[in-house]
Formats: sequence, C-alpha cells, structure tokens
Amino acid sequence: MSNAQIEIQLIASMVAIACAIPGTFLVLRKMALITDAISHSILPGIVIGFFITHDLSSPLLIILAAASGVITVILVEFIQKTGLVKEDTAIGLVFPALFSIGIILIAQNANDVHLDVDAVLLGELAFAPFDRLIMGGTDLGPKSLWIIGTILLITLGLLFTFFKELKVSTFDAGLASALGLSPVVIHYGLMTVSSITTVGAFDAVGAILVIALMIAPAATAYLLTNDLKKMLSLSVFFGVSSAITGYWVAHAIDSSISGSMTTVLGLVFLAVYLFAPNKGLFSVLYRQKQQRIEVSLLTFLLHLSNHKEKEERHVKHLNEHINWQKVQSKSVLDLALKNNMIKIDDDIVSLTKKGKKFTTKAIDYIITNKNSEIENIKDRFFLFRG
Amino acid sequence: MNNKIAVQIDDLTVAYNYKPVLWDIDLSIPEGVLMAIVGPNGAGKSTLIKSILDIIKPIAGSIQIYGKPYKKQRSLVAYVPQKGSVDWDFPTTALDVVMMGTYGSLGWIKRPGQKEKKASLEALEKVGMLAFKNRQISQLSGGQQQRIFLARALVQNASIYFMDEPFQGVDATTEKAIINILKELRKAGKTVIVVHHDLQTVPEYFDWVTFLNVKKIATGPVKDIFNDDNLTKTYGINYKVSVQQ
Repeated sequence: MSNAQIEIQLIASMVAIACAIPGTFLVLRKMALITDAISHSILPGIVIGFFITHDLSSPLLIILAAASGVITVILVEFIQKTGLVKEDTAIGLVFPALFSIGIILIAQNANDVHLDVDAVLLGELAFAPFDRLIMGGTDLGPKSLWIIGTILLITLGLLFTFFKELKVSTFDAGLASALGLSPVVIHYGLMTVSSITTVGAFDAVGAILVIALMIAPAATAYLLTNDLKKMLSLSVFFGVSSAITGYWVAHAIDSSISGSMTTVLGLVFLAVYLFAPNKGLFSVLYRQKQQRIEVSLLTFLLHLSNHKEKEERHVKHLNEHINWQKVQSKSVLDLALKNNMIKIDDDIVSLTKKGKKFTTKAIDYIITNKNSEIENIKDRFFLFRG
Repeated sequence: MNNKIAVQIDDLTVAYNYKPVLWDIDLSIPEGVLMAIVGPNGAGKSTLIKSILDIIKPIAGSIQIYGKPYKKQRSLVAYVPQKGSVDWDFPTTALDVVMMGTYGSLGWIKRPGQKEKKASLEALEKVGMLAFKNRQISQLSGGQQQRIFLARALVQNASIYFMDEPFQGVDATTEKAIINILKELRKAGKTVIVVHHDLQTVPEYFDWVTFLNVKKIATGPVKDIFNDDNLTKTYGINYKVSVQQ
C-alpha cells in the first residue's frame, strides 16, 4: 500500500466514525430526513465561505456551513410550528431553497472560482492526499485528515461528556426537560455537530453520500442490538468496515470511491436486514411459521381434551373435522408425537399425561389473558419446536 | 393532610398558536393529597401538568412549588409522562430507564454510579419488576412499561408526584398495584397528582379532585365536590355517573 492509499483509508474511516455517532442519535430520533436537508442546505454556507477565503478547508468555511445547517433546522421547525404543513413538507420546502441559492452563487461566479457542483455533490477522496498541510516547511499530512480528525475528536468528547443527556432527551424529552436537562440545548447541539460533520465529511464523500454514512450504519446496528452503547459501537464498526471495503472495491473496479463506499453500506444493510438473528426478515418469517404450527398444535390438543368420544379422535376424522390441509394435519400430528404430547392406538389419538398437563396450563393462560406466558411453558414442555 | 400548600397556581393561561387551552386557572393543591385531575378530551389536563413542570411555557400566570418557582424546586418533583409519549423500541433496558430518574439529582455531565444503581434496583423491586431489570423495554407488556415509569418516578424520591394517565392500557392487576403504591406515597406525606380518565374509580382511589375543562370548574375533597352537578358542568349537559361513596 502506498502512503496515499493509507491516508485515504484513514480519512474515510475517520469520516465514517464521525458520521456514525450523530447518525445513531438521528436514527433513534426519527430525524434521518433532516440530515438530507442539512447536507444540501450547507451549500450556500460553503460557497460564501469559499468566496471569502478561497480555501475549501478553511475553518471559516466550516463555521459558515454549519451555521447554514442550523438555520435549516430552525426554518424547518418554524414552518412546522405554524401548523400549516407537516414536518416532511417543511423539510421539502427549506432545503431546496437554500441549496438553489448555493447553486446560483456557484453558477454566477463560475469563471472566477474553482468550485464545481460535482465536487460538492460527490466529493473526491482520491484527491484528498494532494492538498497537504504544510507548516514551517514540514509536511503534516493531508488537510482533510486534520479537519476530520479535529471534528471527530470534538464529537467523541461531546459524546462521552453528554452521553447521559443525549440518551434521556432522545428517549423522553419531556422527562429531560422536567429534570432540567434541557432537551432544546441537546437538540441544537446535535444539529450543530451533524452540520459540522457533514461539512467535514463532504470533502471525502460529497453532500449526497454523507447521508448514507450517517444513516446506513446506524440503521444496520439498530437491527442487531437492544443496547444504545452497542448500537453506537456497531454503527462505528459498520461505517469503518464499509468505508475501507468500499475503497478497495473502487480500487479493483477503477470507479468512484464514494459511490463504492455507499454501495457497500447498502449491501451490508441488506444482508443484516435479511439475516439478523431477531429482527431480520428470515428470522421473522421463521418465527411466524413456528407460531402458526404451534397454535395449530394447541388447537389440536384442546380438541382432544374436549372430546372423549372415539370418533372425534380418529386420525382420519381430524382432517375433516378441524378442517386442515393434509400436510398441516400431518405436521401437527408429528410435532405432537415428537413432543410426547399424544399417543396413537389403532388410529385413535389420545393425550398423554404430559399432553394433558400442557393443555391445562395453556388454557389457563389463555383464559387469564397471560398469552405471553405461553412461550415460557412451551420452553419447558417442548423437546422440539414447530 | 395539613394546611401547607404544595402547588400554588395563579391566573395561569396557556395557549397553543394563540388559542387558549387553559384559561385563567387558580388552583391550590394542599400537601399530602392524592388528587385526580378529571375532564373531557382536550380539557388541558396534560397541559396543566406540563406547565407546572415548565415543559410548556404559559402566556400568563404564575406557578409555585412550596412557595418557589419550579426551576428552584426540581428535586422535589417527579413526573410520569403518558406511556405513549416515548418510543418503546428505544435500545435500552428496564433498569436503564429507571436510572434516568436519577439524572435530575446528578445534574449535567455527572454519570450515575453504584448509589444510583442501588436506588433504581430498589425502585424496581417496589413495583414488582426486579426480575425484568435486564429486559429490553419493547419486550415488556403495557402494564409492565407503566410500572417501569412509576419506578423511575419513585427513584427520584420526590415530595410531589405528577402522573399523566398512569392507568391507560394497563390490566386490572397493574392498576391495583399502582394505586396501592400511590396510596403508600400519600401515607408517607407525599402529594400525588394524577390525570385520570375513569370517573367510576375516582371516589375509591382519590381523596381530592380537580374538575377541569379549559377553565377550572371545581377543586376540593372528593366527598364534598364529586357530584353530578360538577360532572355536568365539566362534561356537558346532564352528565350522570353512579357514584358509590
């Protein structure tokens, strides 16, 4: 690996971490759309900053961009508060307006300044190592590494200092306010950090793809854990690993780095969405199938315990009687047999002692409305699940 | 009950978009009462609690907790919001939610330690939820979630408790358990203020009641003022409820 390659991966990883942290809280606050708005509406801030400083990595530019991000949030909330339109409409009104101001400013001054729309929208990580910070003749590394490094340090510092406040105001803003831990301060703090991170990340991935780096890792982590701290670490992990994998994919197919990184993020989310142990699609489908057959089993056992007459308990009769398909009756019978719930003599089905006990308990729970308890007795009685 | 006033509200008016939802409320809540706030939907019951807790800013009037503004008396007050006001899919455990009750006394930046954890476990035990301390909150039933909220208020060890519809969507067992804890709090000299919907249970559960419908209709001991006259004034014409006293 060349020096430039290492530097690019380092920048990409730091961008990913810096994005994943505010991203986690934005996802939990159901504010994913606001990142979309911020990432677009910082453009006028960047353009005006660039006109003043003629330097894409100047701190003034970052401050102006962050300010226009916060202004976006304030405008959205202001329009929303009028009660005339909903939040999504307010977002849809504000950010195109600010973004277009930026576009017009760029277009009007295109001859004087070197700032093109493509670079702003898509970023170009491959060029990052060429713009270096040189102080007193020594080369201190790429400028963007210093910028994102500083932003990341501030973000991490704020996260560790205000973790408790972030958590309570995200979960229950009313309580946070009553306790004197102002959720408004936390809200605007988070918005400011998100805006600054967006500016810092945009060199690397551009204004559009930064949304993916904020939202996708957090959304992926959300499917895998029930613990906020783990969710944060998992988002960071998914962000960094996708960023590095994306870089090498781009290298291999000789294509856009930011595009590859985002594609990897999307694929990782898809894989987790399908295969996550509890919330994943396959896991949910499997559980539903299991539930269906176990409810049928319970119905079947109830029927047996309700009927002493032989003709009601004949194997053939059960097919027509409970009105099930052949396949279903067979799998229910098999499941009951495997679990020693029933015995079959001369095609007449009857409950075993264990089957009786299970049925009585289950009825009891159903009658007293404690359906959640049924899962527990299933664990105790079943040798095999449906 | 003594003569001390726990909460004093004078000329309180609250408006959303210049439309008053609470109009010129005067209300004194004596220390040591278990009080129900009743009134129809949109009467401003939750708004009243939120204004007392400084979550909503009123356009006029003053509110005092033991003679001082809320901001100076936060540590004396615990709050149980409506269960539906939070996202129960939030990635956290029952114990962690109860620990949030200690954040107020900790203040900014300081983190909860062993002392806060111990207090939270005790509160969980009090509401019969200790066995569920590590359970993710989305895997709790509605009644269990309400108990967790109650435990979070208990851990604040306050003098005044505000609860917004604590009986909404809970089963009969949980309702009994909650009201028993509230009665215990009253016995210990605490003041408990509950937004309540089920008029039938008012005489059984509460000793004090406030009728509210944008304006204050009446406030006082249940045995004196919980009658068809006040119910009719609050809920509209000819409201009848069978009251067993």
